[in-house]
Amino acid sequence: MAGVELQGLSKHYGDFQATEDVNLDIADGEFLVLLGPSGCGKTTTLRMIAGFIEPTKGTITVGGADVTRLPPWKRSTGLVFQNYALFPHLTVAQNVAFGLEMHKVPKAEIGGKVATALDLVQLGHLADRYPRQMSGGQQQRVALARALAFQPDVLLLDEPLSNLDAKLRHEVRHQIRNLQQRLGITTVMVTHDQEEALTMADRMVVMKDGRIQQLGTQRELYDDPASEFVASFVGRSSFIKGRFSGGRFVSHGGLAVETERRLAGEAVLALRPERIHLGADAADAASPDGSNTYRGKVASISYLGSSIDVEVKLNETDRVIAQVVNKGRESGASVGDEVSVTFPRDVPVFAASPA
Amino acid sequence: MFSNRRIGRWTLNALATLAFLFALLPLIFVTWLSFYEQEIPSFPPTGYSLHWYALAIANERFIDAFVISAQVGLVATAIGLIVAIPASIALTRYRFTGRGAINNLLLMPLVIPGIVLGFSLYIFQVETTIATELPIMGSFWGLVFGHVLLVIPWSVRLITASLVGFDRTLEEAAMNLGADPFTAFRRVTVPGILPGIVAGAMFGFVSSFGNLEVSLFLVAPGQTTLPIAILQYLEWKIDPTIAAISVLQILIIIAAMLITDRFVRISRVV
Ligand SMILES: Nc1ncnc2c1ncn2[C@@H]1O[C@H](COP(=O)(O)OP(=O)(O)OP(=O)(O)O)[C@@H](O)[C@H]1O
Ligand SMILES: [Mg+2]
Repeated sequence: MAGVELQGLSKHYGDFQATEDVNLDIADGEFLVLLGPSGCGKTTTLRMIAGFIEPTKGTITVGGADVTRLPPWKRSTGLVFQNYALFPHLTVAQNVAFGLEMHKVPKAEIGGKVATALDLVQLGHLADRYPRQMSGGQQQRVALARALAFQPDVLLLDEPLSNLDAKLRHEVRHQIRNLQQRLGITTVMVTHDQEEALTMADRMVVMKDGRIQQLGTQRELYDDPASEFVASFVGRSSFIKGRFSGGRFVSHGGLAVETERRLAGEAVLALRPERIHLGADAADAASPDGSNTYRGKVASISYLGSSIDVEVKLNETDRVIAQVVNKGRESGASVGDEVSVTFPRDVPVFAASPA
Repeated sequence: MFSNRRIGRWTLNALATLAFLFALLPLIFVTWLSFYEQEIPSFPPTGYSLHWYALAIANERFIDAFVISAQVGLVATAIGLIVAIPASIALTRYRFTGRGAINNLLLMPLVIPGIVLGFSLYIFQVETTIATELPIMGSFWGLVFGHVLLVIPWSVRLITASLVGFDRTLEEAAMNLGADPFTAFRRVTVPGILPGIVAGAMFGFVSSFGNLEVSLFLVAPGQTTLPIAILQYLEWKIDPTIAAISVLQILIIIAAMLITDRFVRISRVV
């Protein structure tokens, strides 16, 4: 077991920067999730750790040892491929044994270790099957057992759940997380599904265009996003664009908003839907704590089951989405209703990104 | 609509059957002829017998020729594979200057008329024999060399086809688990492209085993291959022995195909 450290890791293809100056210090036993939109360099980063892509610049350290120039087969990383990459001509047990054989584990011990690894993923009873005789979820678990069997220093997962259906994804998420905690193995997972990242990670990294946007715990990223991009990518936000003049934010639609954080010039507010309070009308819009309260008109309603999204039009340019708990019949505002909208002063504020 | 489609399918089936029969017709006649009782083929036959098969199997020239053909075919196939496997890997996995040219060169023997190929090899071997004073011309290895050229295009074609279809993340998975590139190739890639290798070997062998034109130029007296032995027999005699030995040759090739097909589905790789 060992921590992983990436320093100034960059990969350039000609002029194109697939990743640029990635710095990460992953603690021993930590579950780190790389999150970001398609093409932002997540897989590139993961494959550099595994040794399949040689970085243009920077170093990779595992357990204190520099592995930057080591070929993949001399590194101790267990990678679970997105398509699982199980060897079709080998049985499940032989697949799992492969890494042990390559690491010169004595023949007598291999059987026991294979059984242990398969038990970890509850597949002991299918050891003699071939990969094609197994479901997607089972193949995924074989891939996991294969990657773990030779006891690598680091476990790497590239979108391990993307080929599973929604229900199974929920289950496997917890299985992987539990297993990881039980083994205490340093793990880096790549995903573009923010819910996956939120539920599984110790810490997560948001990437964009090859660069790290923010690194932190779920709470840090959700409550205190560092940029408009992070606020839109982790969770949902309504954005209100405007500018600061004289220490006060005024939206382009004309709303004056009190904020704790003050900037200068063009800026953006990010409002989380569940932090927005809806009142029946402007009358009950008391704001003792000095929250911001405005009048608006319900523009649309989306029914999500346990909650309801209410889109409120505050003026011609400013719209926000509020999430209300679905409490049955009486909790329904209807389109066209006059409502009051209240949100706190500690909303995230960013300088407007250059258009 | 519906009936249109049915008529379409029916026409297609009928045409396919016709084409198939057309291709099989000579085969059917040769087989029929091999069972004739009389020596001079005429219609209708006076009766049927296995007499000609007995003669064919008892003919020592045919037996010797068969042994030579089999030896040349096997050795040429083995050498052809040793060349074709690395060549296929280079052609499918690396970009280098002259890649297209080499690809065409390796497939060339497939499109060059056999006579031209045989004649060129003949000139080449005569010249090198004179120049080096080594016993190349008319030797077993000279003949094998010519047949290697027949094997290579088939095996390169079939092996590259299966390499193109091979999922390279499997090799990466092997290396991730600690296998060096050579071990990954041996343990994961080779099993994956085995159908292509087997099919390539078989098609190579069959094209060597049935070859007449190239062999004609390269064999020495007393070292004839089976097709040449058949030709020589025909020069002084026409009787159903020829039909019988041809049928036997075809049976051997069909057996090779069936055995291979049990091992890999030929229809999937060709
Ligand atoms: N061999 C290459 N040559 C040129 N560009 C490449 C190469 N490999 C990757 N890229 C580019 O690098 C960028 C990052 O790729 P990467 O595979 O890391 O994205 P990703 O974050 O994993 O995206 P996804 O979520 O779609 O898998 C992409 O824009 C991709 O087009
Ligand atoms: Mg990716």
